[in-house]
Order: sequence, then C-alpha cells, then structure tokens
Amino acid sequence: MAQKSFRDALNDALHLEMARDPTVIVLGEDVSGGAGGTSGEREASGGIFGVTKGLLPKFGEDRVIDTPISESAIIGAASGAALAGLRPVAELMFADFVGVSMDQIFNQMAKFRYMFGGMMRCPAVVRLAMGAGMNMGAQHSQTIYPFLTAVPGLKVVVPSNARDAKGLLTQAIRDDDPVMFFEHKALYPRKCEVPDEAYTISFGEASLVREGGDVTVVAIGRMVVFAEKAVDAVAADGIRCDLIDPRTTSPLDEETILESLESSGRLVVVDESNPRCSVAADIAALAASKGFHSLKAPVMQVTAPHSPVPFARELERAYVPSPARIEAAIRAVMK
Amino acid sequence: MVPVAVRRTRYTPRLNGERMPTQLGSERLIDSYRRMKTIREFEERLHVEIATGEIPGFTHLYAGQEAVAVGVCAHLDDRDYIVSTHRGHGHCIAKGCDVTGMMLEIYGRRDGLCHGKGGSMHIADAARGMLGANAIVGGGPPIAVGAAIACRNRRDGRVSVAFGGDGSSNQGTVFEAMNMAVVLKVPAIFIFEDNGYGEHTGAAYAVGSRDIGGRARGFGMPAVKCDGSDFFSVYEAAGEVIERARRGEGPAALEATITRFYGHFEGDPQLYRAKDEVKRQRETLDCLKKFRERAMVEDWVAESALDAVDTQVLATIDAAVAAAKSAAPPPDSDVATDVYVSY
Repeated sequence: MAQKSFRDALNDALHLEMARDPTVIVLGEDVSGGAGGTSGEREASGGIFGVTKGLLPKFGEDRVIDTPISESAIIGAASGAALAGLRPVAELMFADFVGVSMDQIFNQMAKFRYMFGGMMRCPAVVRLAMGAGMNMGAQHSQTIYPFLTAVPGLKVVVPSNARDAKGLLTQAIRDDDPVMFFEHKALYPRKCEVPDEAYTISFGEASLVREGGDVTVVAIGRMVVFAEKAVDAVAADGIRCDLIDPRTTSPLDEETILESLESSGRLVVVDESNPRCSVAADIAALAASKGFHSLKAPVMQVTAPHSPVPFARELERAYVPSPARIEAAIRAVMK
Repeated sequence: MVPVAVRRTRYTPRLNGERMPTQLGSERLIDSYRRMKTIREFEERLHVEIATGEIPGFTHLYAGQEAVAVGVCAHLDDRDYIVSTHRGHGHCIAKGCDVTGMMLEIYGRRDGLCHGKGGSMHIADAARGMLGANAIVGGGPPIAVGAAIACRNRRDGRVSVAFGGDGSSNQGTVFEAMNMAVVLKVPAIFIFEDNGYGEHTGAAYAVGSRDIGGRARGFGMPAVKCDGSDFFSVYEAAGEVIERARRGEGPAALEATITRFYGHFEGDPQLYRAKDEVKRQRETLDCLKKFRERAMVEDWVAESALDAVDTQVLATIDAAVAAAKSAAPPPDSDVATDVYVSY
C-alpha cells in the first residue's frame, strides 16, 4: 500500500468523489487560485495547503469555483447549492474564519432540515484548516471544533491521520447532512499507508489506536499523535493504555469510551482546544454521568489554557498540550 | 411615507399598456389578482387571530406588499428557486405554497408545511422551489447564490430569487452575495422591497445612500426600480431582470418602493409612524385597488370575475383557519426528530 500524506489523501478523496459524482463541486478562496492574475497561470494555488490541487484542470470552472474573500457567501452558497441538489465542498481556508460566517453555519446550514420539518437535505461539507504550531497567531491557529460540535444539525469530523482523513472526507461528501471537516495544519505533511481506491469510514465510530486497559486516553486530531508518544513512553514502565481517537466529535462514539473506562477506571482526555465548554469537558462529563461507578481516579483533562493562541515560538509551545504533559497526566491518574 | 415617484433608470422598462394584457391573458391576470387577494386576506385574518392569543410566537405581516411577491413570482415556476425573509407569507403564497399547510404551520400544528418545527418565519416548500423564509435579515441572499450556482451548472434556464428589504440592503451578507453573483455570473435576482422601515427605524435614516439600486449597480449588476404598489410596474420590471438571468446574462436587482400596512411584528405599537400614515397609504398605495382600477379602465377582466375571486379567497382563508384551529399539535416525541438525515 502506498504511503501518502494527509494532504494527498484528502486530494485523493476529492478527485475520486468528483469523478464519481457530477454533483460534487468545490468552492472557496484560492481553491485553484490565479483567476484575474497577470501570470496567465490559471491554477496558481490549488488551495493554500494544496489540498485542491489538480481539480480545476480536470473538472473545470463550473465545478471548481474560486470565490472572492467572502466567507459568509461561501458558506451560504454551499448551503443553497446543497438544497438545490449539489454536493458542495466549501473550503474556509483557516478554521478561524468561521467567525465571519457563523450565521450561515449555525443559523442556516445547520437548521434547515429541522426548521423545514425534515423536508430538505443539505449535503454540504465545510473544510476548515485548524490548529496551532506554525506561529500564525491568535486568528489563524485555533481549534474551534467545540463551537460547532455544540450545534445540533452539524456533524463534526476531526481526523488524526491520512488514512482516516481520506475515508472520513469521502463519507462527508456522500453524507446527506452538513459536515464540518477539520484538518490540523501540522498533519498535512504526515504520511501513512493509504489505499488508492475510494472507501468510507462511518461517523461516530472511534478508532482504538492502542490497546492497554490500565488507563483510557481519549485524544482528538493532532493530539492523537502526541498521545501516542506519551502512551508509548509510559508503556516502558508497564502502564498500558487504551488510546481512543473519536474521529468525529458529533456524533461522538460514547460507547467505545465508556466500555474502555469500564475496564480501566481511569480517564485522560487530550484536546488542543481551550478548556471551557470543550470536547474534553464534554467527555469528562460523560464519564461523570454515565461512567461514574467505573472511576478509580479523578478525570484529567489535558488542554490548552484559557487564553488565545500566542505567537512567539516558546509561548505557542507552552500553549499546545505536549507529549510530556499527557504523560504526566497518565502517571497522575495511576497514582 | 408619501408615495415615491418611480425614478426611471436606464434599465427601467417602458410599461407598454397594450402589450401587457395580451402577454398575461385574462386568466393569468385573474390568477395574479387571486394570489394578491389571498395574501391580503391571509394577513388580515392573522392580524385578527393573533390578537386572540391562540397563535404562538411572533409574526410579521406582508399586507401592503402583495404586488411585489406576486409580480415577481408570476415569472417563476416550481423549478425556479426563491429564498424569503421573516416577512415571508406573501412570498410563499405567491410561489404556490398551500395556504392551509401554511396556516397550520403558523398555528404550530403537526400537519403544517414544516410539521410545526418552523413556524411563521421558517415556512419552506421543496416542491415549490421555496427554500425557506428566513428569520435572519440578510440571511437568504447567500443561499440564493448557491441555488443559482446549481441553476447555472445545469444550464436549464432556471433562476434563483432572493427577496429582501431596505433593511437587508444594509447587511454585509447581502453585499457578499451580490458581489459573488456577479463574479460567478449566476442567474440570481435580488429583490429589495423598500417598505420604508427596517424594524422600527426609517430607511430614510438607515440606508446611507438612500439608493438601494445604486448599491447593486456598484457591484456590477443592472438594477431596475419599480412601484411596488402597482402589480403591472413590478411585473414588467421583474420580467426584464428575470428573463435576462434566464438567458445567462447574470444577476440583476429589482428595487420596489412599497409600504407595509402593519408594524414590524404583530403587537408593534408603531410609534415611529405618523398617526394617519397607514390610513393614507391604505387609500393611495393599495395594490388591490390599483389593480382593479387599471384592469377596469383597460377592460382586461370583468369586474364580476374579480368579485368572484374575493368571495372564493375569503372561503379559502376561513377553511384554512378552521382547519388550523382543529388540527393536532405535534407530539412531544417529535422534539428531536429531523435534526439529521441520519446520526
């Protein structure tokens, strides 16, 4: 099986789904780039992170749509096109830009089906590049999936590796509900084995990344990579962990988490987001309400602090949960 | 607000009194009158019924603006799309939504068009291309652009129409939508019903340029202005912009000067309006009166035909209200259904 980067796996999924289904369109800022430029190079960008490269030459301007910098209109257009029978994949470039388009996401796209009594489907995907680690500062580095996880009507996907990313994006495009698809920027170059053909991964099915039984570690997005390091480090001392990657925060695979907790009795949740009203807090609450009798130790949440993402390298490193902090949390619940 | 003279722009069509009835035919003229009358009586009746306290929530009545919805939608069929506003009953009726289904929805009944999940501000009808009333001012136009992308890609001559008002002309989403429609050259039509007020504040204050069509032209699309109280003025102006979009020549805007006969919402004391303003406007800007006068003078339809429509419409509304009053509410078990297709 070929080794592919997270970026190329996503690109694969887009190529395959656009070839398979003529109603799939891609729209967003610089998804091809170059329109109106002076070089004559029409695909000058292929997406700021290269995820949409090669789509324009293959599928043409009707289906690969470069938009003005108008996030509300991008999301609204995706919703409207979806209601009218297309399957749009909108790119919001940086997830932080969700703020500009929030009404179109949480008041419009998310609520159509419910407000209209189940009469319509809105099969739109919004791709959002997220995450700290590249010194992009407070408005280009957030992991804002908790906001959207809280909204009924949206599905929220946060893949942690290339293989999952391809299968989950394929599922997102084929899904009949609006899907928020978060891609951690630091994961784009990371490679793993990815099948060439199209495949889907169902939403709401967590992946068991490591199997142990002493501690249940739940990690989201890039934090899965860090948690693997921590889990492997404590294994040297005989502490064996279940490492669970929920892959989607809405729906959330509560069953897998609770089952693991039942045998381990100890829970560490790792989330790059801010701690208040976060997915980490949500999973901790799940343990308190539905897994209380299994708990042998307080639940530990390893998260970013209650602060914006800082700019300086040192500060940003201090902001993002590190493998060392995760390791310390695992050892703490074992005490 | 005094009646505003229709300012001719270079895009304003010339109303051709002789061509008009031939083009529409008496049957379609009567149908247009029926739709306007249905909207009027629907709203007048709601005004009465809301006062009884039986209807939940709050409601924004469209009475006074009927000629705009009907004059525009007379150019559309079920395959064309519209998005509407919080003041959406008129757009729904003009686009062909079932009146009883709407009334049931407004009463919050399970058999309403949206099964009681939407209410007055969220009525939609997929079969009629009605992509929803919208409780967020300026929320609809971006959605209309998306539907217009679908129309453009299918190349089947469909169009997508966004209704909005003077208030929505101040929203950033509307600016974004207009610009994007021009950039992508999609068949989107932006209707601005300038009824003189955004909520409780005059458009004369809140619309900085006082020229909504000029805003649309600033984004690179043609804009037509018409008298929103005159069905024929709206019909002809809308026809021009809609046919242009159908030909693949891109988006356009229509500004209709109009008034609303009620407040922003039912219960609005309207302290911002001069004491006799509505009374005066009901005398001078009533689209139904104007339609009758014109149709009689030109001898396009028999007065008896319109009288018959009046009687039929009242019976339709009576039946709708009676059905809504006796219909069952949704069961509690419906509260969390239809959030997703699958979850």
